Amino acid sequence: MGKSEGIPMVDVTIGAGGAVQPAEVKDVELYHPKSWVTKYVFCQDAKVIAIQYSITALSIGLVALVLSWLIRLQLAFPSSFSAIGPGEYLQFITMHGMIMVIYLLTALFLGGFGNYLIPLMVGSRDMVFPYVNMVSYWVYLLAVLVLVASFFTPGGPTGAGWTLYPPQAVLSGTPGREWGIILMLASLILFIIGFTMGGLNYVVTVLQARTRGMTLMRLPLTVWGIFMATVLALLAFPALFVGSVMMLFDRVLGTSFFMPAIFELGQHLKYRGGSPLLFQHLFWFFGHPEVYIVALPAFGIVSDLISTHARKNIFGYRMMVWALVSIGALSFVVWAHHMYVSGMNPYFGFFFAATTLIIAIPTAIKVYNWVLTLWHGDIHLTVPMLFALSFIVTFVNGGLTGLFLGNPVVDVPLSDTMFVVAHFHMVMGMAPIFVIFGAIYHWYPKVTGRMLNETLGQFHFWVSFLGAYAIYFPMHYIGLLGVPRRYFEMGDLAFIPQSATTLNIFITVAALIVGFAQMVFLFNLIWSLFKGKPAGSNPWRATTLEWQTPETPPGHGNWGKELPVVYRWAYEYSVPGAKEDFVPQNQPPAPRAA
Amino acid sequence: MSITLLFLAVIGAIVAWWLSRQRLTAKPWLEVGAIDDFPGTGALSLPAATIGLGVFLAVVGTLFALLISAYFMRMQVADWAQMPAPKLLWFNTGVLILSSVALQYAQVAARRGRMGDVGDGLIAGGLFAFAFLVGQLFAWQQLNAEGYFLATNPANAFFYLLTGVHGLHLLGGLGALALTADKVWRGFELGQVRSSVQLCAVYWHFLLALWLVLFSLLTPWVGDFAIICRQLLT
Repeated sequence: MGKSEGIPMVDVTIGAGGAVQPAEVKDVELYHPKSWVTKYVFCQDAKVIAIQYSITALSIGLVALVLSWLIRLQLAFPSSFSAIGPGEYLQFITMHGMIMVIYLLTALFLGGFGNYLIPLMVGSRDMVFPYVNMVSYWVYLLAVLVLVASFFTPGGPTGAGWTLYPPQAVLSGTPGREWGIILMLASLILFIIGFTMGGLNYVVTVLQARTRGMTLMRLPLTVWGIFMATVLALLAFPALFVGSVMMLFDRVLGTSFFMPAIFELGQHLKYRGGSPLLFQHLFWFFGHPEVYIVALPAFGIVSDLISTHARKNIFGYRMMVWALVSIGALSFVVWAHHMYVSGMNPYFGFFFAATTLIIAIPTAIKVYNWVLTLWHGDIHLTVPMLFALSFIVTFVNGGLTGLFLGNPVVDVPLSDTMFVVAHFHMVMGMAPIFVIFGAIYHWYPKVTGRMLNETLGQFHFWVSFLGAYAIYFPMHYIGLLGVPRRYFEMGDLAFIPQSATTLNIFITVAALIVGFAQMVFLFNLIWSLFKGKPAGSNPWRATTLEWQTPETPPGHGNWGKELPVVYRWAYEYSVPGAKEDFVPQNQPPAPRAA
Repeated sequence: MSITLLFLAVIGAIVAWWLSRQRLTAKPWLEVGAIDDFPGTGALSLPAATIGLGVFLAVVGTLFALLISAYFMRMQVADWAQMPAPKLLWFNTGVLILSSVALQYAQVAARRGRMGDVGDGLIAGGLFAFAFLVGQLFAWQQLNAEGYFLATNPANAFFYLLTGVHGLHLLGGLGALALTADKVWRGFELGQVRSSVQLCAVYWHFLLALWLVLFSLLTPWVGDFAIICRQLLT
């Protein structure tokens, strides 16, 4: 071990012969696009699919962003907007939640970053099943279109809340009962089918297509994070699939899986005996791992951003890997902490509170390791780094309120208040989206060959970061006052002081300003594509393989003639005695001293 | 949800066993050098399709574990009325077993290099599987004729749902089988079809095992047995 230690790595060049035999890899049969359509539209190249996924996810995310403005306008200025009635309000919060969690965050992290980064970072030419990968995107797009279609159906989209709890989701009091709920469930089913195709690719590519020398323990943490999240998603999405199919049966075919005997407008419906709790179990069996499906890629990416921009190796790499694996395993045994208010055996409540608190341990280990990576680092406050740092702060904030809410005694009174809204927006809204922004600023130069504009980036960061706190800090306070969530308007309630109304207006103004900053970001994305500063192949002087491609943006097949060979882990920054302050993963060690 | 957790625990154990052999305790910051110094830590040497099928079976298994969990949870509500399983299901089960046997035959033939037998096995397996699906549709029709409609009782609904989802998976398998048979027909080399035939056989055996589990659950006496077991346990 450590043969090269103490030997100055001065005269080492990539591909210096002699140290190692050439890689014995069979050349993969590559798919070759023959026309414009197969190159840019029905394309099987993971990089193109990644961009398609990202653009689709960001576009539908923009719809959800606009919905959030409408929600905030209604909350700050109730009964000022004739276009927003109680029904519309419920439809807005439902679609906002569902789009953000599934169609934006999940799709962007796994379909977008997963597709782009996995093959490049593990040193393969493409995903292992390129055709299936392509179909995955088109099924995802279909799911998005079905979802969007529900806005244009009679009755509009469903207003059942993003959790779609029966029986209300299927009853006529809920907006979108006619078509909205059917299209919502159909869209989810499609999304899951599409995701499973993509997920198989991500997992098998990491397992089987790693280049020579890329052991599991040399994988960048980004790949570890996306890999674990994909495993979680493959095992958790079936629960949502089962729930969706069964509810679709209840709605369309009149079965009683979830629908109990119930009166509607004085009429006895034909349903009987169904168990709404069964749906809640299925939904949250998916729903809680979903939090980590979004969080684990963020954990991985942030580790790489911090290490690269602080020019320091990641602290406790092994611990980081073990923490990812154990968080993944634990996330399957905490689901019922979302159901404390649904009524359950107190012993179950105790069990789920205990597992919920235990999961804080590996998570805290990761936070310590990020902080210790920064300790004595050569911190460059680039835009990706700023976003990575803001993630740590925000995630800790949201995580701490999670510790409160993990306990049934605290959760029961707070569960239906804005406190919960503030908690989950901090921990799985703002925190992952900051990582997404950081990652876009970090990898945009590789994807396009041009840097994003730094000034606009700084503006985007500071407005988003400070704005997020202006929005969500007061929201915790409003929640503690007892202001309920999901309410269209408060009316005159004695326990809600005037200050809560004033704060609501403040939050809305902050939300609109943050929304404006996102427009600046979009402008930056498009403007820099044409006018951005040329980036060169490795602008951040990073070690991982994607920065060592012969072409930027990487060409078809990623690596030119020969696959890269890996000799070291991904975090060799500021190595004593090395010529540069980073040593790429594919740089061979110096020849042994005779 | 205990059945789902049990199933995931099995998957977790397999993953843990595999991870434990990947030197997760290595200190990568000390281990600079070529892969030859660290044997057994490279990428899996199995073909991608084999691993892909393994992962896919884990996903399908989870899907059915969840459906079965839901089945047991819903069964506890008072309105549950188990319906009789049509006799035809026993015949269908036999046909599905024959289908699996035929594919096993094809797989063995592929391993021994008898190309002609591979084609026969695939076609026989496909026909038997198709017969199974038609038989399932007849079973549905019989039940409908006897008044056991989908929405009459949750037990009926689960019967149609479970058999339907199983049938769709078999239908997907038939698609893959058709592609493989097409390769054999067009005279591909044995080496090019051997792994496809093998994967088809594995998928068929999995779906057969799954069907046996589902069939035993849907048969009334097993349902009663499950209720007795649960009463003993709680």
